[in-house]
Amino acid sequence: MKKRNRINEIKVTLPSYSVNEAAARAVVSAFTAQLNPTFDELSDIKCAVSEAVTNSIVHGYRDMIGPVLIGVKLYDDRSVRIEVKDKGRGIEDVEVAMQPLFTTDPDGERSGMGFTLIENFMDTLNVISAPGKGTRVVMKKKLSALPVSR
Amino acid sequence: MKRDICKVKFGTDEERLIATIAGEVDHHNARKIRAEIDGKMMRTRPAALVLDLSEVTFMDSSGLGLILGRLSKASDLCIPFSVSNPTAAVQKILDLAGMERIVKITRGKICDKREEKAV
Repeated sequence: MKKRNRINEIKVTLPSYSVNEAAARAVVSAFTAQLNPTFDELSDIKCAVSEAVTNSIVHGYRDMIGPVLIGVKLYDDRSVRIEVKDKGRGIEDVEVAMQPLFTTDPDGERSGMGFTLIENFMDTLNVISAPGKGTRVVMKKKLSALPVSR
Repeated sequence: MKRDICKVKFGTDEERLIATIAGEVDHHNARKIRAEIDGKMMRTRPAALVLDLSEVTFMDSSGLGLILGRLSKASDLCIPFSVSNPTAAVQKILDLAGMERIVKITRGKICDKREEKAV
């Protein structure tokens, strides 16, 4: 089997101001655009990034501002790996947190659907977290093959 | 100059309040959209609230929270609530969350006159 090679990568650190949710989406989608994703694929990726970054801002750094680290790697087999990491409070029980409709923020009108949307929009989702140790979300998606040009 | 990436436009139609959200609905913008719509709803006490999503260019799960929150606010005031004209990308998210079972979703023309208000 052919080994896939990393062709490009970017790392961005943003403070956890909620206005940076849009900035994070813009950076990831602009960078991923070089693989020529479809409009739907890019929409899915933007939503997944928005969910992960919002989790860091709303839950990771609930009453404080801290760094949200975003890393994107592009591979020659047209796969994208996106990592969103924070140094916030961490998640008590990742399995429970990933259940649809689960939220620890009932007053803030959070739907509890963030991880569920990421799971649907990306091919894989891994969440590594422990209380006080921050959270690392790694998600991957393989983009569809480019149409053959004549 | 500050660029608005999201705003709410209000219109009325047969006593209904139609709130058209234009732009990106994320956690950051949802707070302002929520305050805007709830304020207008409390002041005008319309016969119904319609959340028009036809001009939404991006939405994540914060939009689901916004919709469910407005449903609950409207039901507190005994006002019927519906969502109208979601774009394809928004529809996908509504489907994943099974929103059609909880909220009435309509498609087609809804609005006549509008006053614009940047959030």
